[in-house]
Amino acid sequence: MATTTSSRGPLVMRRIRPVRSPIAVGVIRHAVLVIVLIAMLYPLLWMIAASFRPNSEIFSSLGLLSSHYTLQNYVSGWAGGSLRFSRYFLNSFVISVLTVAGNLLACSLTAYAFARLEFPFKRLLFALLLGTLLLPYHVTLVPQYILFNKLHLVNTFAPLVAPHFLATDAFFVFLMVQFIRVLPRELDDAARMDGCGHWGIFSRVIMPLSLPAIGTTALFSFINSWNDFLGPLLYLSNANLWTVPLGLNSFLDSTGGQSSYGALFAMATLSLAPLVGFFVAFQRLLIEGIATSGMK
Amino acid sequence: MTTDSLAPSVTGAPESFRPRRRRGRSGSRDSLAALGFLTPWLIGMACLTLGPMAYSLYLSFTRYDLLSSPRWVGLANFTQLFSDPRFDSAAWVTIMYVVVSVPVVLVVSMLVALLLNTGIRFITGYRALIYLPSLLGASVAIATLWRQIFGASGLLNNALQAIGIEHRSWIGDPNTSLLVIITLNAWAFGSTMVIFLAGLRQVPRDQLEAALVDGAGPFRRFFSVTLPHMSPLVFFSVLLDTVHAFQAFTSAYVVSGGDGGPADSTLFYTLYLYQQGFTQLNMGYASAMAWFLVVVLAAFTGVLFLTSRFWVHYGDR
Repeated sequence: MATTTSSRGPLVMRRIRPVRSPIAVGVIRHAVLVIVLIAMLYPLLWMIAASFRPNSEIFSSLGLLSSHYTLQNYVSGWAGGSLRFSRYFLNSFVISVLTVAGNLLACSLTAYAFARLEFPFKRLLFALLLGTLLLPYHVTLVPQYILFNKLHLVNTFAPLVAPHFLATDAFFVFLMVQFIRVLPRELDDAARMDGCGHWGIFSRVIMPLSLPAIGTTALFSFINSWNDFLGPLLYLSNANLWTVPLGLNSFLDSTGGQSSYGALFAMATLSLAPLVGFFVAFQRLLIEGIATSGMK
Repeated sequence: MTTDSLAPSVTGAPESFRPRRRRGRSGSRDSLAALGFLTPWLIGMACLTLGPMAYSLYLSFTRYDLLSSPRWVGLANFTQLFSDPRFDSAAWVTIMYVVVSVPVVLVVSMLVALLLNTGIRFITGYRALIYLPSLLGASVAIATLWRQIFGASGLLNNALQAIGIEHRSWIGDPNTSLLVIITLNAWAFGSTMVIFLAGLRQVPRDQLEAALVDGAGPFRRFFSVTLPHMSPLVFFSVLLDTVHAFQAFTSAYVVSGGDGGPADSTLFYTLYLYQQGFTQLNMGYASAMAWFLVVVLAAFTGVLFLTSRFWVHYGDR
């Protein structure tokens, strides 16, 4: 990961800085960064180490090393609680995958219209879209709950998934609009000459070219949905439907004390694994996605 | 559903062989196609955003417990807001959180971004590792970790004990509990840092060099050249980070065990709204809280936009 890309970074500051022993300055910079990194990542590493440790050792140890590692926490965590974590992981996975599918479909359709088509009230509707970016979700929380309750959809995945099929994540629409806008229009014209309608242009020209935006949307959709806590907390009271965050939280509630932090950490580590996995696999896409769109 | 509504544009395809169809007929055809493409979003906008907003506004003037039908009470919910001590706590806790954590994140992000923007080696590695926590920060897993670290016999106190300092639980102490949640938010500063770092690369090098020739020191160069160029990004981050910070929930809920304690010191606005609306089923009151927040955020956004012309420079880009 840490390849030598130093030459790619702009050398502005270094070049114009008064000469002051560049080696010493460089060493200080690296030292500061390494200290920041250690401070940031140590808790994470410590948790991972703790998850492989017997419970008795977790609270007394500060370090990462242990004389006897064990998988016991993973075994008891996976089977602990009223239900097994395997169920929570499956539920989380289903919800996240459906969320990704919904966002990709609905947001890309909406974005195509805003980026490529002319229609009445376009500016007004786009302003509305941007406005929802700043709208606190609180204002729809209660009425949406009432709506889904009336429809008897509480304790199903529908309230967590369906909104994404209706492009309620304005950020992703915005991201895709920005991306599609800069694709050359000549491609549309060429496709039109070849007999494509808007659907053809959308599905055969714009979508294949928008893969980076699609990838960024998919990753962030998955991550947001995987981490979502308030949604499942509101809509899923049936423990069979719980997601991983609900499982972790109830783990904390039901055991409370220190006796089971090992299992809790094991499951917490496991729950972060997909995110770290995506990060390792797609870090360039993720970082460039947020660097260019400002999305978090 | 969506493919049905797209039918016009699909069946209209053969006609579109005509090369020039920019204006005129294509306009209405475009509109029809747009309607098709926008159908999901329009439904969502109407049924999940605007409709619920209107209903929420109505509910804010009623008492409603989900079981019996809403009862009109006029402004009673709003007057109750201002005499409710827990609402007061929630508002103050949230304001404190926003006022501390947003500037901290911005300043730390800017400092680290400046540090990385110096042609330093391993920049991709540093950037990636600093960014990683912001992917994880919103998760319950990290909130539970924070609960352990800052607990009575957690990692931090054990470390302090090793150097001879005894300290009680950081979470159990109303004076420090909010700080614990602020550190969790600050821990995830990486995404803001990445945005700033990308912005720093756009700062024109010739202007920095000109400033140097004119004898400007590093601070002067930063405040007179770099920061004005970064101001649109800073503006953008202040706006979004503040709006996000007002909506914080997971960390407060998990770290406090769901009750916003101790002594309501972590009773975030959202957490109190959740308690009112969904544990005590005071949905009218919760709606009033929600609309109060909308008004406050709208005012904040308005002020930020109005003042932006004094400090945000869009240059010639």
